[in-house]
Amino acid sequence: MLRKKAHEIRKYTLTSIGKLGVGHIGGSLSLPEVLAVLYFDVMNIDPADPKKPDRDRFVLSKGHGGPALYATLALRGYFGLDWLDTLNRPNTNLPSHCDMNRTPGVDMTTGSLGQGFSAAVGMAVAGKLNRSPVRVYTIIGDGESQEGQIWEAAMLAGSRRLGNLIAFTDYNKMQLDGYIEEVNGLYPLDKKWEAFGWHVQSVDGHDVAAISHAIDNAQKITDRPSMILLDTVKGKGGYFCENQVASHNMNITGEMWQKAVALLDEEDA
Amino acid sequence: MELENRWLRETYVDELIAAAERDERVVILEADLSKAAGTGRFKERFPERTINVGIAEAGMIGTAAGMAAMGKIPFTHTFTPFSTRRVCDQVTLSVAYAGLGVKIMGSDPGVTAELNGGTHMSMEDVAIMRNIPGMTIFEPTDSAQLRAAFPQIVECAGPVYIRLLRRNAVKIFEEGCACTLGKGIVLREGRDVTIAASGIMTAEALDAAELLRADGIDAEVLNFHTIKPFDEALLIASAGKTGAVVSAENHSILNGLGGAVAECLSENRPVPLRRVGVRDHFGEVGLTEFLKEKYGLTAKDIAAAARSAVAAKKG
Repeated sequence: MLRKKAHEIRKYTLTSIGKLGVGHIGGSLSLPEVLAVLYFDVMNIDPADPKKPDRDRFVLSKGHGGPALYATLALRGYFGLDWLDTLNRPNTNLPSHCDMNRTPGVDMTTGSLGQGFSAAVGMAVAGKLNRSPVRVYTIIGDGESQEGQIWEAAMLAGSRRLGNLIAFTDYNKMQLDGYIEEVNGLYPLDKKWEAFGWHVQSVDGHDVAAISHAIDNAQKITDRPSMILLDTVKGKGGYFCENQVASHNMNITGEMWQKAVALLDEEDA
Repeated sequence: MELENRWLRETYVDELIAAAERDERVVILEADLSKAAGTGRFKERFPERTINVGIAEAGMIGTAAGMAAMGKIPFTHTFTPFSTRRVCDQVTLSVAYAGLGVKIMGSDPGVTAELNGGTHMSMEDVAIMRNIPGMTIFEPTDSAQLRAAFPQIVECAGPVYIRLLRRNAVKIFEEGCACTLGKGIVLREGRDVTIAASGIMTAEALDAAELLRADGIDAEVLNFHTIKPFDEALLIASAGKTGAVVSAENHSILNGLGGAVAECLSENRPVPLRRVGVRDHFGEVGLTEFLKEKYGLTAKDIAAAARSAVAAKKG
């Protein structure tokens, strides 16, 4: 069921960016599986009451993945699927990067890389202070992990033993200018997080069962924050952008996205 | 005029503790300058509500934003340059653009950074914050004024930048005085020239008014504790009466109080204007009195500027 949801998220993401003709397709298509697991299984949320105080929080620190989050929120019932056609159009509630004051269900405004992660840590600090059962989930990009602010927040979360914080890295190995390891390498990323005091797991980021299992493990770790490194493929599921550096932000024709959606439909059938 | 017998930061911390007693949402964040801010007393009273992130200002602002998103009222503390230019993007996006009411205190503004020198001497902090939509900028003149305004800062839904002198202020206001954020104060009425002052320059402006009296010039002195939103109505009315204006600030004349005054007058009531402030250069080490002399931030400088403005009006 979660696998099917992920496919729907992927198709709606492709469709909304495709109809617009341009967008951050690569870093959006690497996210559907983890978003499906979080929004359709794990998180304590209520689409009818998006600001419910005791809800779990989600921060998409790599804010350019907004289109995948919007498809997820629409499928989960926060707003109609018709909203997805307004992506990045005048007066839209679905801007390129996430905006908590425009989009129901978005918990933090993000887009300037590195910043959302600090806010997620602040939410976890506040949650602990309130002795609240709220958990904070956040996704950072692998390229985003080059930002110094990521490591300021990583150090603080490790030092404060924020067991209510579960983070994911969308580890697709690419960034706008090229391969991560060729631009400014992160290897060994797991060791870095461990050194900062985090519980670390690495899983196939396109396997919903593996992601669910990793989240179960992370929830049992209450004396440390958790990092789940998602081994992902940039542009996953889009025949024209999958595993391509150029997919970070690209132009898409009607033929391209329609064919990509048709191919995904065949896969599902 | 006399110096107060306590540092202004002590009043600030008194007010923080009082606010935290009243309102459990109040928390503070430090970046390894809590000893400079004097917030140790707050930590003793509220250890859990004191978050020291270490030397990580960007992380502090981001963490505060996240706490605000969870309903907290966070106050962040560091020196003025690290509260503004170092974290400009974090304040702009994670706080102001996100609509989160983080209260950002910067201590030791302008020349009062003294022996920390040029690296720690922000002449541009107000300018940076003034360009951020929704930001309130408050620079208290003395402890009575800080006390009067503090509950409004706590209650303000949006972000507030508190530009705080750390050491002893010159006592200007009486205990129990009124101070409304966004509303300037007439400290002295006059007919010939308006002096618009903020922070430590308020006392200099009052001294300048005395110097001018000896020349037969009757100066009106206004205190703009809130630089944004700027009380345009007060300035326009005063300029309409006096026909000449001098601004006086412990900050660059670019885009601080002088900038706000110039913009307001040129659009609404063009009259001769002279700006007293730091004239687009960096700071350096030195005690406050030395730097005020060197940079032209004294009562004498304000009086000279006022004479020039009055002369221009007659011309």
